[in-house]
Amino acid sequence: MSQEVLQMDNKLPFEGPLSEQRRKIDHLKKVGVEQNIDFSDEIARLEEAYKKLEEEVYSNLSGAQIMHLARVHSRPTTLDYINEIFDDFIELHGDRLFGDDLAIVGGIAKLNGVPVTVLGHQRGKDTKDNIQRFFGSPHPEGFRKALRFMQQANKFGRPIITFIDTKGAYPGDSAEARGQSEAIARNLKEMALLRVPVICVVIGEGGSGGALALGVGNRVLMLENAIYSVISPNGAASILWKDASKADQAAEAMKITAKDLKAFGIIEEIVPEPKGGAHLDPATTAEAVKTAIWRHLDELSAMTPEALVEDRYRKFRSVGKFAAPELV
Amino acid sequence: MFKDLFQKKKYATVPSVSQAPAAGERPKREIPEGLMNRCPKCGNIQFSKEWEKNLKVCSTCGHHSRLNALERIAMTLDDGRFFETDADLTSEDPLEFPGYKAKLEQQKASSGLKDAVVTGEGEIGGIPVVIGVMSFDFFSGSMGSVVGEKVTRAIELAHEKKLPLLLFSTSGGARMQESILSLMQMAKTSAALAKFQEDGGLFISVFTDPTLGGVSASFASLGDYILAEPGAIVGFAGRIVIEQTIRQKLPDNFQTAEFNLKHGQLDKVVHRKDMKAFLTKLLEMHVAGGASDGQ
Repeated sequence: MSQEVLQMDNKLPFEGPLSEQRRKIDHLKKVGVEQNIDFSDEIARLEEAYKKLEEEVYSNLSGAQIMHLARVHSRPTTLDYINEIFDDFIELHGDRLFGDDLAIVGGIAKLNGVPVTVLGHQRGKDTKDNIQRFFGSPHPEGFRKALRFMQQANKFGRPIITFIDTKGAYPGDSAEARGQSEAIARNLKEMALLRVPVICVVIGEGGSGGALALGVGNRVLMLENAIYSVISPNGAASILWKDASKADQAAEAMKITAKDLKAFGIIEEIVPEPKGGAHLDPATTAEAVKTAIWRHLDELSAMTPEALVEDRYRKFRSVGKFAAPELV
Repeated sequence: MFKDLFQKKKYATVPSVSQAPAAGERPKREIPEGLMNRCPKCGNIQFSKEWEKNLKVCSTCGHHSRLNALERIAMTLDDGRFFETDADLTSEDPLEFPGYKAKLEQQKASSGLKDAVVTGEGEIGGIPVVIGVMSFDFFSGSMGSVVGEKVTRAIELAHEKKLPLLLFSTSGGARMQESILSLMQMAKTSAALAKFQEDGGLFISVFTDPTLGGVSASFASLGDYILAEPGAIVGFAGRIVIEQTIRQKLPDNFQTAEFNLKHGQLDKVVHRKDMKAFLTKLLEMHVAGGASDGQ
């Protein structure tokens, strides 16, 4: 469950040219101060070039590069978004059946004054946190905890906001014994029946059934540098080519970026991130997420419960590409 | 004739299988292709005809071999009478995934099927049902857009005709070559089942060996009744992935039907020879006055 390790200056390897350019500028500034020489024209020119380079590096990121951005350790997590976007968050715990899976967090909060249920996968901030949160990979009790929150929202007529950020459901023996498959399947089925607006936001990695178990929404939004796929690119590479190190190749082949998913009609909106990724400016990213959620919630709030169920059903019913003979 | 067969000891080509004795331990024999069948579990060698009469269950250890969808349909429906639906849906290559098209063609040729599920209508014990049967021999029974669509249409057909729905699952999981479109088939089939079951529809799900990943974690786990064949491996994650994660060897019975029964994940383990009779009995419980009673 590796996370991407940033270079000294908070950059990924493919961002190298930017780091180089930034070093040049910083050096020139330092020399100017030390030797009392006015380099301001030169510096302005270099800054201009930096901007251009930035445009080049970030405007056409490959699937693999986006995967690395989505996995940056300091990328904001569900709790970061909850704290930035909502007020009066009351965290709730437990599935009332087995335990409290910390890979899922959630509760009730206010969004611009409106009570909502908010929940999501929660990665750890450090090793210790990651261990108790299973790196954001839920056990069945995590999915059942999420379902309990959602059905509670359904009862009280609260809209539901979910944040998706997981490599997948936890692959462990006790998870299997307690019905990992059943827990995911049940969430898919029950989410389809919710009579309140459901908005899902993929904020980091959306991996497999463990992601989808929080993902049956009327609207599915995705951050610009988030990914969403049927299996983690590493998993796909090890199954398809018996070589997990070909994850970059799998990331390209599986079409996992927000742009790809928008083109397939799987997601409704791409939420823009600051250049270089959400981790460089979490507050601005959260503001953009909040604006998008609010806009969609506004639209959905006008719909009746029946219309919401039907809208969600139609969205998922229509997914799939296949060849069929002409209907007679 | 048999004597000849067993005397040709020198030219050995019995396919080697993990549980079979290591090469060289036993003198090998050559067996005409198709005449004999060797159990992959206990290594017992049986006449193919006898084995097939035994529904491809080993007479020694009871191992249930995997069946092709058409074999399963033939042994489940009355007189093997089957009216196939959506037979012409075929997979495309929406992601332009390297090698996918060629692999699809090769799978069609080797299995004789168009995709990993066959759906349609028939009767069991005189009771009309909508049936869907997955086939592991097509692309490891993986679920892509076609499997998701055919299963969903089967659910809708059962809903529309107010018939019981019966699905036999076997799958390695979602089809990676259709990535996100495959993943969404889990939501699609589950949402269709939600509608059907909320409306009183009866869904019997039967796990057969193996059922894993996206199929196990969607429609197959949503049966009103969930059955499994003996020894069938059923779970979400595969054994190897789990062993790598927890850094432990898992017991032999891990994820078997019996393991799942013990952990409350299914209602009953049913031997293949008893399956049809059991399904009939279960269906009959729902006929008189039930919501699935179309009359």
